[in-house]
Amino acid sequence: MKQKTAIQEFLKGLWDENPVLVSLLGLCPTLAVTVSAINGLAMGLAATFVLLCSAFLVSLLRKVIPNQVRIASYIVIIATFVTIADRFLAAYTPDISKALGPFIPLIIVNCIILGRMEAFASKNGIGRSLLDALGMGAGFTLTLLVLSSIREILGSGTWFGMQLMWPSFAAWKVMVLPPGAFLTLGCMIAAANWINTRRRS
Amino acid sequence: MNLLVIFISAALINNFVLSQFLGICPFVGVSKKIDSAFSMGIAVTFVMVIAAMVTWLIYHLILVPFRLEILEYVAFILVIASLVQLVEMFIRKVSKPLYDALGIFLPLITTNCAILGLALNAVLNDYNITETLFYSIGAGLGFTLALVIMAGIREELELVDIPHSFRGAAITMVIAGSLALAFMGFAGLI
Repeated sequence: MKQKTAIQEFLKGLWDENPVLVSLLGLCPTLAVTVSAINGLAMGLAATFVLLCSAFLVSLLRKVIPNQVRIASYIVIIATFVTIADRFLAAYTPDISKALGPFIPLIIVNCIILGRMEAFASKNGIGRSLLDALGMGAGFTLTLLVLSSIREILGSGTWFGMQLMWPSFAAWKVMVLPPGAFLTLGCMIAAANWINTRRRS
Repeated sequence: MNLLVIFISAALINNFVLSQFLGICPFVGVSKKIDSAFSMGIAVTFVMVIAAMVTWLIYHLILVPFRLEILEYVAFILVIASLVQLVEMFIRKVSKPLYDALGIFLPLITTNCAILGLALNAVLNDYNITETLFYSIGAGLGFTLALVIMAGIREELELVDIPHSFRGAAITMVIAGSLALAFMGFAGLI
């Protein structure tokens, strides 16, 4: 395979290998926290932070960690940074921390992060791993932002808490309930498939 | 009575997959055939119950007395990872056919967020050990139920003409949405 340039390394996470829409990783937090745009954004940023820090450390230690215990080591590294992110959110933004609930600690078992560690950071240098992590994090955050914006605008008529729809707009309550998450994500995946087929042909 | 409420609430009303969004990856990945969906559900239930018990003991007998609650996440995930390894060895020793049937899905249970989510929820809700037991059994059976229903629908789907863009994951999500809608009906149960 041809070596990618640095910018391609970053860009692939945004669309071609988008962790949610194409690889279908990290679906649990994607579906659960996207009730409002601010929650989606916070979740995306927290996951990006963990992804960046873990990619840095894993890439740094990739020659030190024995092959047999690598997964366990990655999980411990990830869990450490998740604890940091969790305490940080709880201290500075208690409301968001409450809204995201158990899904902040569940970043530990987010397959995007472990997947990138195993597939990329453990085999590449620090610079490339950071770019890859940044791209994947950005792709994840953007997808969450779009999904949560759709759900918040249709489900409560607001966006980041601002009133967006006309006053007589009847909110689609189902969008902020669990079924709305599944339906919206299903349509987003279908849209991504459609765009990709169109581009290819 | 309280135990029954916890059990039913974990299995149906707050179904792990369809209303709490835990364990979506196996829900999408292993729900192609009813057989494998059922085995997966049982294996997850098994790990869930043991993991919930062990993490409860560790949290209340080690982490709390020594004021080490900050290590909660690291400790829990390590326990779950080693537990899955242990269960894997145990099943291989006791029942080879079951081991072969589960295949790759067995080690993947480690990264199933339903297990860690269950352990964390049990601590968050301040359950005692019997309540945790009922909570974990209910959650596991609810997970199995959702998986088997989904697999049943997907087996039928193979014969259906689906729009091209919706094939695969997209249609699975839409179906899960309708299932979640149906499960919301259980909210009036208690």
